[in-house]
Amino acid sequence: MVTDKNLSVSLCGLTMKNPVVPASGTFGFGLELADAMDLDVLGGISLKGTTREARFGNPTPRIAECTAGMINSVGLQNPGIGVLVADKAPALRRIYGGVIIANISGYSVEEYAYNCAQADACPAIDLLEVNVSCPNVHGGGMAFGTDAQSAAAVTKAVKAVTHKPVFIKLSPNVTDIVSIARACEDAGADGITLVNTFLGMRIDIRKRKPVIANKMGGFSGPAVFPVALRMVWQVAHACAIPVMGCGGVRRAEDVVEMMMAGATAVQVGAENLRNPQACPEIVAALPALMDELGIDSLQDIIGIV
Amino acid sequence: MQKRLFNIEGNDPVARDTFRLVLRTDGPVAVRSGQFVDIAVPGFYLRRPISVSDCLPDGVVLYYKVVGEGTRAMAAMQPGACLELLSPLGSGFHPEKCRESALLIGGGLGAAPLYLLARELLAQGKAATAVLGFNKADEICLAEELRALGIPVHIATMDGSVGTKGFVTDAIAGVRPAFDRFYTCGPLPMMKAVCAALDAPGEVSLEERMGCGAGFCYGCSVQTQGGPRRVCADGPVFDKEEVLW
Repeated sequence: MVTDKNLSVSLCGLTMKNPVVPASGTFGFGLELADAMDLDVLGGISLKGTTREARFGNPTPRIAECTAGMINSVGLQNPGIGVLVADKAPALRRIYGGVIIANISGYSVEEYAYNCAQADACPAIDLLEVNVSCPNVHGGGMAFGTDAQSAAAVTKAVKAVTHKPVFIKLSPNVTDIVSIARACEDAGADGITLVNTFLGMRIDIRKRKPVIANKMGGFSGPAVFPVALRMVWQVAHACAIPVMGCGGVRRAEDVVEMMMAGATAVQVGAENLRNPQACPEIVAALPALMDELGIDSLQDIIGIV
Repeated sequence: MQKRLFNIEGNDPVARDTFRLVLRTDGPVAVRSGQFVDIAVPGFYLRRPISVSDCLPDGVVLYYKVVGEGTRAMAAMQPGACLELLSPLGSGFHPEKCRESALLIGGGLGAAPLYLLARELLAQGKAATAVLGFNKADEICLAEELRALGIPVHIATMDGSVGTKGFVTDAIAGVRPAFDRFYTCGPLPMMKAVCAALDAPGEVSLEERMGCGAGFCYGCSVQTQGGPRRVCADGPVFDKEEVLW
């Protein structure tokens, strides 16, 4: 077993014991998996996306299988920001020593700011990840993250209410992701998480109707890895702030590839759903892979390509 | 929940489009009735959740129906092949809540988990009667296995080819079994009709398309009397009063 490798990375002043982070929505609040693994092997945990009010989410079916991936349309089921800061995050803090990331959603700039202010006051939370893929109910329903000005407005509003590092999690369903990432950086974002899921759809050809009750959903899984990697590479080279790479990561090789493209930390999403042990297995596989590739410290390979 | 490798001991057709899959592993297996396993089928992205019909000292017996590409691939799996399972998953039935005698009501493959439940009830010294509904005679499965446990089994078929013609509720009305608690698994309309027809306390096993199968993706949530519940982790078994039909 290779033991002399340095897996730790530094992210906005936070030291992570490794760059591996289960992505928001694919790991609950961490608590659900506490009996299935030693959570402390994980560099960070991005919690389930949270809104101001509790939400049930979308009708079922919410899941559709695809070749090399899946579509989800959970629709931000969550117990509300109050439960996150009073119950879920403190409960996770009691059993987990790594970086706890609150994933914040909202349907207006004001809601984002309110939720982030609540999360800011919660000592259990280390970092805020703001999901701008939600529809802007005051802006015609278009997602905040598909427009540079809207994404910047959310960034500015949440930065005004928190001293914790703020990452903006971008949607890939845009024409030019670099311009949106730059707008967030200019508005004060401390980092960028990318990418969220790709809008997708499946049809049951026997029933002649969509598989997903909500018709469309977010596509993720290994099929999106090259597209996500390309976007991580573009944004990491266009912005000075750190990037958390996300999209189709399923093994240690993908983590190294994302880091070479410019990611400081790497999120694992859909893979957790097919293998709940995916993250610990990836962490365990990294030292031998680093040895094979001649890497002593993961920090050294960030953005080398 | 554990991730374990199992070997296929048998994978045989037992009724139309219906297969019995026997899996063994290299250590003790403990599954309660109503719980399920999540099978990684080679070549498919998501696992297949299948309820456990019987728990062996070192294995499980499952029944599945070929309904799509994944189950078609499962039907082609050969004895000796290795499968990775997450097990056990979900809450189970509560045989301990039955006082003296139970009524087990299955629709189609919903009969599968009732077999292990019947064994648990008998082990607790309780009596059980089973009423199973199928569309046609060629779909009937598990009736002989349940009879072999020594419990009465009544069949209802939609075409009347075997037993009572009609629904399980018709068969129950004809048989008038004595019971203080019922347990049901099958199509939602059947379970709704059963719960409406029977006054006794009852438990229903729900089905929903799942993502993770283990309670952390929230892909299979349903609204219940007590708020949102995950079918995979809070269920699949719920008290009949919890279900919002």
